[in-house]
Amino acid sequence: MKLYLKVWRQENREAKGDMVSYDVDGISVHMSFLEMLDLLNERLIQKGERVIEFDHDCREGICGACGMMINGRAHGPLTGTTTCQLHMRSFKDGETVYIEPFRAAAFPVLRDLKIDRSAFDHIIQSGGYISASTGQAPESNSIPIAHEVTEAAFDAAACIGCGACVATCKNSSAALFTSAKVSHLVLLPQGKLEAANRVIKMVNQMDAEGFGHCSNTEACEVECPQEISVLHIGRMNYQYNKALVLRK
Amino acid sequence: MIDAKIPVGQLADKWKNYKDNSKLINPANRKKLDIIVVGTGLAGSSCAATLAEQGYNVKSFCFQDSARRAHSVAAQGGVNAAKNYKNDGDSVYRMFYDTIKGGDFRSREANVYRLAECSLSLIDQAVAQGVPFAREYGGYLNNRSFGGVQVSRTFYARGQTGQQLMMGAYQALMRQVSEGKVQTYTRHEMLDLVLVDGKARGIIARNLETGEIERYAANAVVLATGGYGKVYYLSTLAMGCNSSAIWRAHKKGAYMSGVSWIQFHPTCLPQIGETQSKLTLMSESLRNDGRIWVPKKAGDERIPNNIPEEERDYYLERRYPTFGNLSPRDISSRAAKERIDAGCGVGPMKNAVCLDFSKAIKEQGRDKIEEKYGNLFRMYDKINGVDAYKEPMLISPAAHFTMGGLWVDYDLMTTIPGLFALGEANFSDHGANRLGANSLLQSCVDGYFIAPYTIPNYLSGELKAEKVTTDHSAFEEAENTVREQLSRFLSLKGHLSADHFHKTLGKLLYDKCGLSRTEESLKQAILDIKALKKSFDQELKITGDDQVNSELEKAGRVSDFLELGELMCYDALQREESCGAHFREEYQTPDGEAVRNDKDFCFVSAWEWKGEAEEPELHKEPLVFESVKLTVRSYK
Repeated sequence: MKLYLKVWRQENREAKGDMVSYDVDGISVHMSFLEMLDLLNERLIQKGERVIEFDHDCREGICGACGMMINGRAHGPLTGTTTCQLHMRSFKDGETVYIEPFRAAAFPVLRDLKIDRSAFDHIIQSGGYISASTGQAPESNSIPIAHEVTEAAFDAAACIGCGACVATCKNSSAALFTSAKVSHLVLLPQGKLEAANRVIKMVNQMDAEGFGHCSNTEACEVECPQEISVLHIGRMNYQYNKALVLRK
Repeated sequence: MIDAKIPVGQLADKWKNYKDNSKLINPANRKKLDIIVVGTGLAGSSCAATLAEQGYNVKSFCFQDSARRAHSVAAQGGVNAAKNYKNDGDSVYRMFYDTIKGGDFRSREANVYRLAECSLSLIDQAVAQGVPFAREYGGYLNNRSFGGVQVSRTFYARGQTGQQLMMGAYQALMRQVSEGKVQTYTRHEMLDLVLVDGKARGIIARNLETGEIERYAANAVVLATGGYGKVYYLSTLAMGCNSSAIWRAHKKGAYMSGVSWIQFHPTCLPQIGETQSKLTLMSESLRNDGRIWVPKKAGDERIPNNIPEEERDYYLERRYPTFGNLSPRDISSRAAKERIDAGCGVGPMKNAVCLDFSKAIKEQGRDKIEEKYGNLFRMYDKINGVDAYKEPMLISPAAHFTMGGLWVDYDLMTTIPGLFALGEANFSDHGANRLGANSLLQSCVDGYFIAPYTIPNYLSGELKAEKVTTDHSAFEEAENTVREQLSRFLSLKGHLSADHFHKTLGKLLYDKCGLSRTEESLKQAILDIKALKKSFDQELKITGDDQVNSELEKAGRVSDFLELGELMCYDALQREESCGAHFREEYQTPDGEAVRNDKDFCFVSAWEWKGEAEEPELHKEPLVFESVKLTVRSYK
């Protein structure tokens, strides 16, 4: 099949970017979306042009490195799918496909489709952990945790930190990302002790990084490759307000 | 002769004796010591965080954009620990024995025992960090059984055990960043090791965002940079996985061991086209309920569902009645290759076997199978567009895990003083074949519980050593070497991409130094790789500049893979026996089982780099077995 691509090219953080057209033929329906870009890059090398830079690593949907806006949707047309797991059978021969980086003030573009997501690391650094140094742990079965509680914590912990929630949000809010970590840790008995401090610090950090506010459009849940629920945002807000009220 | 420095005493007391006698460093002095940790997977993150908790200054490097993305995240199945929560006869000794036997008696007793011993604390640590392991309805931790063992000792978090353990380690690391004890350098790739007076004292790294070449000094350097299975190009590894850190350390004097011992995972998705970049792994847990078969008749063109029961060959159940579909990975992969080579493969490229759930669905119901493996079936559908509840999955063996790596002693220190190697980057615990769910364990145990004892033991001798700064001439020399290589890549006027060379090398290694090898294939491979290297040096083409440039990154990695691939062939050629993942066709029984040669090859091969024009030099570390008897590893 043949596709008409419009790809965002940008030299560096400061440069002004723009969309560049590429016609790509010889695409097989079995290829993944990133393999299609590999094919295009191979041809660009043959022509002596600089390749399209994009982040990717595991190519099995778990590392969270890849991510681009494809025809205006984070990770493309499928739900519950990262860009690397999207295959060309989801596109039609002759289609025009627009490819852009995830856009947010807190995610500056480094080059082409590569962005800087270190703001997510900063949010975790601000409190997204349980303070258990190596050697302090008690015998693991001494903390029984109900099956349902573990499963609910897991649902939140499944976040891969790709940033699709931010990219798709009209406010560029990181509420889904932050709340998934808040939920994961507050649901577990090990994580309850630090809950109040954690949620305040993480929410404040989220704001400091330049992410916008959540206005409950729920678009993030639709585009999240791990299908993380917006109910976690509700839990984060509850925990945050509770912490403010009870703060000494 | 190289010395593994195994502590004295009974097997069960060795690690305790080590800890009782290792040298300590007073907290006030720890602040004066800097440690570089390269790699932020389970081994790297856990080691960096734990050393920082103890009070050392840690610099943590990774080429990914965040420490959390290291390839440990991709491990699906689980992590082993001898907790014996199932009361089914497990113990530290039994886990030790399974691992030694699984490794075909080509690993050190003392290391493997320590691995089993520390497995207990790892589960405690992970739970304390908030890792949501599967639990029973009573609230206690659940376990399952994994290939190659008869007890249930595998802890798991759905199909994302690696990701969840990784979050625990990553969060511990981020906590130390916020404490100011760890500095992270993401999008940085280590390109050389710096030695001063024969000791590891720093690294040269390239900032992948700016292209700048940077110098970092420390009192010790830890390489936790993972395995090099990506040498085969098509593999279960991430695209960025590479051997550059360990290979460049090797060229600076660190020995490499078990280099050709590479595990091929039996349940991966087969190659279906030339542009394919990845062979996705489907969790081995599928083999608990799936049955593996191929058509009895070679060249059968029918689709699998149209082949009647009596014309199917359940070859694992036939050859290994005791373990059947749960036979260890090396055996299952080789048996698949044997059938595929015999012309019985299925799928468009005739390179796959069937993994069939029809019997399990009939017996247990679709709901039960969906509950256990729903995410995997969805993943299969996503990638192939095929409903595996209705037709068998097509699977094939793929390069997966490298048992080999940098040679390390009991302290996990390489032959270069002050250079440590952790996790998959070292060779130490898995012998010639790794058991399922032991790799997450090893990387965590190395990082949380072993290196934080052995590194201070080394550093205690360095307190009075002269302070080295990055203006030392050794840094300048190393930096110049790195710069020269990069500008050579950019100035080459060739016409072939780095990927072209990588794919060619991968295919060559799959054919000649893969699931099975012969003297002839290996000798040919060495000649072929030399020729390919020559072509690489002249015909490579890199476009773009020296800033963000993924092609330039690939060129350096492929250049190292070419040299490493050659050493793999020397290693496989020298070992005239079949053991674990290393199957030399000349050494097999009439019915195709591996024949090990304990008389001549009961040793660890440690290879020394002698320069590009020279053959590598072999050193031998004899393996001494005091607690177990060497037996033929039979799963029949």
